[in-house]
Amino acid sequence: MLKINNLQARVEAAEILKGIDLEVKAGEVHAIMGPNGSGKSTLCQVLGGRDGYEVTGGTVEFMGKDLFELEPEERAREGILLGFQYPVEIPGVKNIYLLKEAYNAQRKHRGEPEADTFQFLKLVREKLKTMQMDESFLHRAVNVGFSGGEKKRNEILQMLVLEPKLALLDETDSGLDIDALKVVSEGVNRLRSPDRAIVLVTHYQRLLSHIEPDFVHVLSGGRIIKSGDKTLAHELERNGYQGIIEEAA
Amino acid sequence: MSTNALSQHYAEQVQRVQDGLPGAIPEWLAGRRRGAAARFSEAGFPDPRQEEWKYTNVRPIATKPFMAAVTDAPLSEEALRAMGFQGLDAYRMVFVDGRLRTEFSDLADLPAGVTVQGLADALASDPDPLEPLLGTLAHDRFSSFAAANMAFLTDGAVIRLGKGVRLERPLHLLMVGSAGGPATWSHPRVLIQAGEGSDATVIEHYADLEGASGFTNTVTELRAEAGAQLRHYLLQDHADSAYHVGSVFVQQRRDSRVTSHNVNLGGRLVRHDLNVDLTEPGAEIELNGLFLVGGRQHVDTHTRVHHSSPHTTSREQYRGIGQGHGRGVFKGRVLVERGAQKTDAQQHSANLLLSPNAEIDTKPELEIYADDVKCAHGATVGQLDETSMYYLRSRGIDAEAARGMLVFAFADEVLERMELAPVRTSIERRLAARLPEAGAIDVIG
Repeated sequence: MLKINNLQARVEAAEILKGIDLEVKAGEVHAIMGPNGSGKSTLCQVLGGRDGYEVTGGTVEFMGKDLFELEPEERAREGILLGFQYPVEIPGVKNIYLLKEAYNAQRKHRGEPEADTFQFLKLVREKLKTMQMDESFLHRAVNVGFSGGEKKRNEILQMLVLEPKLALLDETDSGLDIDALKVVSEGVNRLRSPDRAIVLVTHYQRLLSHIEPDFVHVLSGGRIIKSGDKTLAHELERNGYQGIIEEAA
Repeated sequence: MSTNALSQHYAEQVQRVQDGLPGAIPEWLAGRRRGAAARFSEAGFPDPRQEEWKYTNVRPIATKPFMAAVTDAPLSEEALRAMGFQGLDAYRMVFVDGRLRTEFSDLADLPAGVTVQGLADALASDPDPLEPLLGTLAHDRFSSFAAANMAFLTDGAVIRLGKGVRLERPLHLLMVGSAGGPATWSHPRVLIQAGEGSDATVIEHYADLEGASGFTNTVTELRAEAGAQLRHYLLQDHADSAYHVGSVFVQQRRDSRVTSHNVNLGGRLVRHDLNVDLTEPGAEIELNGLFLVGGRQHVDTHTRVHHSSPHTTSREQYRGIGQGHGRGVFKGRVLVERGAQKTDAQQHSANLLLSPNAEIDTKPELEIYADDVKCAHGATVGQLDETSMYYLRSRGIDAEAARGMLVFAFADEVLERMELAPVRTSIERRLAARLPEAGAIDVIG
């Protein structure tokens, strides 16, 4: 599904990604872990297509297409959805409106008829329940006045509605208390399916005790320095990043 | 036209109006009009050397020999519907080129204690009750446009609400321009007297028939007596070739509350002044403003809020959007008099530039002479937020639609304060139609 080959990127003058190789197949859950400044967020933004993140080398293929040929909205419609570390507040745009526009943009892209308000509401109500969100959230401006936990739940709500092929979650666990973490994890687990891949980018192991990954990768200094199964996360928990970084050096 | 020829032209116009005043004009009115005519002749149109006109050169107006428009233009119900607000249940007065057209107006079932009249009718039948209302808030010294309005006064609306009267349905004053010639003008005047404890909504609405391109020069005088609640909509949706200069003067007494919604969408050259005097404790005003300038439009909005008594409150939120080669101005002055303690004044001006060739100047001015007050102001001019754009696009919404959503949301934060849903929805649609990038906006969303 996703093939990253020797990806290098910089932000302004700073080289951040120095050659990343990663392959993600349908049905898999990958965790990318790493200390602050290792390049985790840069990797997410490069895959999302954000301005200011310059790809200087390597390739990324998604479902056989060159990702860098696609605008951010095209990537989303092809099925990559990025859950933001800091979901953006958009005053004046109602949550329901954003969801519906995004949902219909995708349907239109696939040549399917757009959903009417009634059909759409029915779909969203069900997803709201999973995320333990009140219906009033739909009529509030996107993320405006939401608590940290509510913002993250809102990100996962979008995932549940848009059903991406690849869900890319950037530090979705940061700023969550234990109850919110459970709800968010429950939402992500609902996304698990044989034809969908999930990539969790996180600093901490605790998310992985709720969402069990198939693969764990350690990112440091802009490279994946070690990959393994879920036991690698436990090792990190015991020894910290420093141990692995030294071992790899 | 040369300056001399123009002076000659306006001297003749003044004379013609003086000769044609209806019926037996009382001396107070004749005197005010003579004074205004003299002031207009003497001062002429303002020029950019005057501080108040620094951003707006009225040369396109000042170089034309304007004359009164012909007022019997045909008007279809269909055209009126197209200009109106779908689903609005309102009393209606329709003016064409500044003249009341009773055949299109509907004032049936006004409650007792409410008087709504054409100004020309009121002056012809019983002028004296207007002596304290007409030209007493709007001094023609204010500007030569206000003076011209008094000098060339022909018609308008008089709205008087008795003590404790509540007008359930809004009153829609639809001022239609029909004249195609570039040098016709009209001078509507609106007088609103909201008696003690009365409650009403008045929509002052300027629009044009297709092809109209005249100059509308308006003055509104609004008095809110103790405890009155008044919502005043001023919606300017002229043709893009039209000129519009308007001033609204508001005077508020104890515990009165006025809400002003001022939207400027159309016009080639537009200047709007809103002057508020909070004269007694407990008076409160909310000012919501929005302007959109595109093409070669120029819209200059000024507000002046005068806290002349203690315990008075003002809440002001003005927003501007510039696209194309549009040029917008917001100048907001808040004056807190010595002794106006416990004044609570907030003013915010936010502006969005969508094109590198658009320009918006914003100038808040706070003048405070009391020491126990709460005053805050802020002004911003910026472009669309890149992070918000990226966020929307990362959800599959294309750049054009995302831009439209954000621009619309920016404007809607002002429009959503309108209590009348049919007016709000209609203005939202007209706004969306003027934003090329937001053409696909689903207003209902």
